[in-house]
Amino acid sequence: MTATQSPAMTAVASGDLGGVDTKRSARNGRGRWYRPRSVIGKVVQWIILLAFTCMFLYPFVWLLAASLKPRGQVFDNSLWPKTFQPQNYVAVWDQLPLLHWIFNSIIIAVLAAGLVAISSSVVAFGFSYFKFPGRGLLFGIVLATMMLPGAVTMVPQYLIWKQTGLLGTWAPLFGMNLFGSAFYIFLQRQFFLGLPRELFEAARLDGANYWRLFTKIAMPLSIPSFVIVFIFEFQASWNNFQGALIYLNGGHLDTFTVPLGISYAMTAFSPTNGGHGDYQYVMVAALIVTLPMLILFAFGQRYFIEGVATQGRKG
Amino acid sequence: MSVATGAPPATGAADGGERKIRKAKKYNRREAIAGYLFISPWILGFLIFTAGAMIYSLVISFSYYNLATNSAVPAGMDNYQRLFSDPKVAMSLGNTLFYAVLAVPLEIIFALFLAMVLSKLGRGAGIFRTIYYLPKMTPSVATASIFLLLLNGNTGAINAFLKLFGIEGPQWLVDPNWVKPSIVLMTLWGVSGTMVIFLAALKNVPRDLYEVSSIDGAGPIRQFFKITVPMISGAIFFNVIVLTIAALQVFDQAYLLFWRDQTNASPDSSLFYGVYLFQQAFRQFDFGFAAAMAWLLFVIILIITMIQVKFSNRFVYYEGDN
Repeated sequence: MTATQSPAMTAVASGDLGGVDTKRSARNGRGRWYRPRSVIGKVVQWIILLAFTCMFLYPFVWLLAASLKPRGQVFDNSLWPKTFQPQNYVAVWDQLPLLHWIFNSIIIAVLAAGLVAISSSVVAFGFSYFKFPGRGLLFGIVLATMMLPGAVTMVPQYLIWKQTGLLGTWAPLFGMNLFGSAFYIFLQRQFFLGLPRELFEAARLDGANYWRLFTKIAMPLSIPSFVIVFIFEFQASWNNFQGALIYLNGGHLDTFTVPLGISYAMTAFSPTNGGHGDYQYVMVAALIVTLPMLILFAFGQRYFIEGVATQGRKG
Repeated sequence: MSVATGAPPATGAADGGERKIRKAKKYNRREAIAGYLFISPWILGFLIFTAGAMIYSLVISFSYYNLATNSAVPAGMDNYQRLFSDPKVAMSLGNTLFYAVLAVPLEIIFALFLAMVLSKLGRGAGIFRTIYYLPKMTPSVATASIFLLLLNGNTGAINAFLKLFGIEGPQWLVDPNWVKPSIVLMTLWGVSGTMVIFLAALKNVPRDLYEVSSIDGAGPIRQFFKITVPMISGAIFFNVIVLTIAALQVFDQAYLLFWRDQTNASPDSSLFYGVYLFQQAFRQFDFGFAAAMAWLLFVIILIITMIQVKFSNRFVYYEGDN
C-alpha cells in the first residue's frame, strides 16, 4: 500500500501510545468538560449540531438525487428529482464495465487487507514476544518509515515492479503488503504487549514451539486488532486512486478498479471529449463505490474510531 | 542449529569472554533466531521497497533514465539544476505551500470546534459522530465527482446556496484565485479523522480542572485557552504534523478536479507539487527528474517537520511531564 493514502501515514513515530481503550475513558465520564446548562445554550448547541449534520449529509443526499435524474437535470440541484429515472441503475451496467471494476476492487482489497493483516501480525509478534539484539533499533526504523512521504518511494517502486515483470498485473497494488506495514505492525504490537506473558510460558512448558505460540495463542486473542487492520487496509485499498492510476491506467478498461473507472467515466462522458454529459451514470457509480464503505463503517464503526483515536493517543 | 534453551551459545569462546557471556545471558540464542525469523518479512520488505527504493531513487535522480531500454545514463547534477531552472517546480511548490498554509489551520480549527461541540453532548454524541465521520469513508473519486458538480460556478449547489444570501459565488474551479479554496472545502468536508483524534484527547482532560477553574471565576474562553488547549496540545501537535505532511503531498483531489482530463487546460494555480511530480514520472516518463523532485519534497517535509517538532517542545504538554 502507498503511504500517501493509508492511515499508516497518519501515525506518528513516537513512543508508546496506549492500548485501544476509548470505551473506558468514555464511560467514566471524564471529558464532558462543559455542558450548557441554560435553555438557550442547549438550543444553540442543537442548532449547531443539526447545521453540521446537514452540511455533512447534503452531498450524500444530493448524490442520491442526482443518480436518479435524467441526463439534463443532473445539475439542477433539487434534492427531489423532477423526473425520476431509476433506470439509471439498470443502464449503468451497460454504460460502464462496473461489474468488472467492482470485482477487481474487491479481489485487490481483500488480498491487500488479508496479506497485510497477517504479515503485520507475524512481524509484530516478533517484535513483542522475542528478545534479540537490535530489536529496539529495528523497531525504531519501523516507526521512522511511517514518516516517509509516499512520493519519495513512488518512482523507484514502480521501477522495481517493472524489473519483476509484474507491471500490468494487480501485483503492485497488494504485493508490498506481504511484508507488513509500519502502522499496522505498531498497532498489533501494542495489542500483543498487552497479553500476559504467563499464557505463552505455560504453552512453552507444554512443548509448544514458537510458531504454535503465535498461531494458537497470539492470533486467536488478537482478533480485535486484526479486524482493525483488515478494515483499515480494505478501505485504503478500496479508495486507492493514485496506485491504480500508476499501475493500471494503460491497461484494458476491464482491468480497472472502481476509483480509476469512475475517473475514466468522468472524463469520457464529458462533452468536450465527445461524450453526451451522461453524468447521472457517474453519480450512480459514485454512489455504488461509496456504499460498501458506508456499510463497512456501519458494522465496523467502533474499530474505525478506535483505530483512528489510537493514532493520536499521546501523539 | 542451536543448543538447549537458556544455555549460552557455544560460540562464546575464550577471548573477549566476559562481555560475550553477559550478552549470551541477555539473549537466548534460539529465541533471538526465532525473533529474527518472525520479523524477516518486514526486514525483506524494508530492504527492497524502502531502503532499496530510496537508494535506487537517489541513483536515478543523478541519471537520465530511459524507460524503453531500462537503462540509466549518468546525468550529474542536471536533474537537480532543473529543479531551479524549471519555473513549474517553483510554481507548483508555491501552490502547494500556499494550500498547506490555508488548509492546515482551517482543518485544525474546524475539527477542534466539531470535537468540542460533540464532547459537550454526552449521550447523543454517538449518532452525530457517525454522521460526521461518513465523509471520511467516501472514496476520493466519489468526493471529487460530487464536488466537481457542487462547485460548478454557474450551476453548482454551493453558489446556489450563497445566492440565498445575495452573494454572487465565485467560479470555484475556473478562477485561479478560487482553486485552492475549492480543494480546502473538499478537505474540510472530510475532516472527521482529525476530529476523532481531538475527541479522544478531549475525553482525557480531567473534568475537575474545569470545575476548580470556574470556582476561581474563569469563563469558557479563558478555560479554553488555559486548560483545553494546553491539555490537548499533544493531539494538536500530532494533527498539525500529519495534516501538513498530507497537504504537502496533496494529489487525488487536485488531479481529479483539474488534471484528469488532459484535453482541458487547467489554471496554473491548480498545479500542485504532487501532480507535477506525477506528470513528470508517469506522463513524461522523466524518472530522473521526478526522483529529484521527490527528494526535494522529502527534504522540505523533513525541514518543516523538524521546525514543528522544535517549536512544539515549547508548548506541548505530555502527561508525566512537570
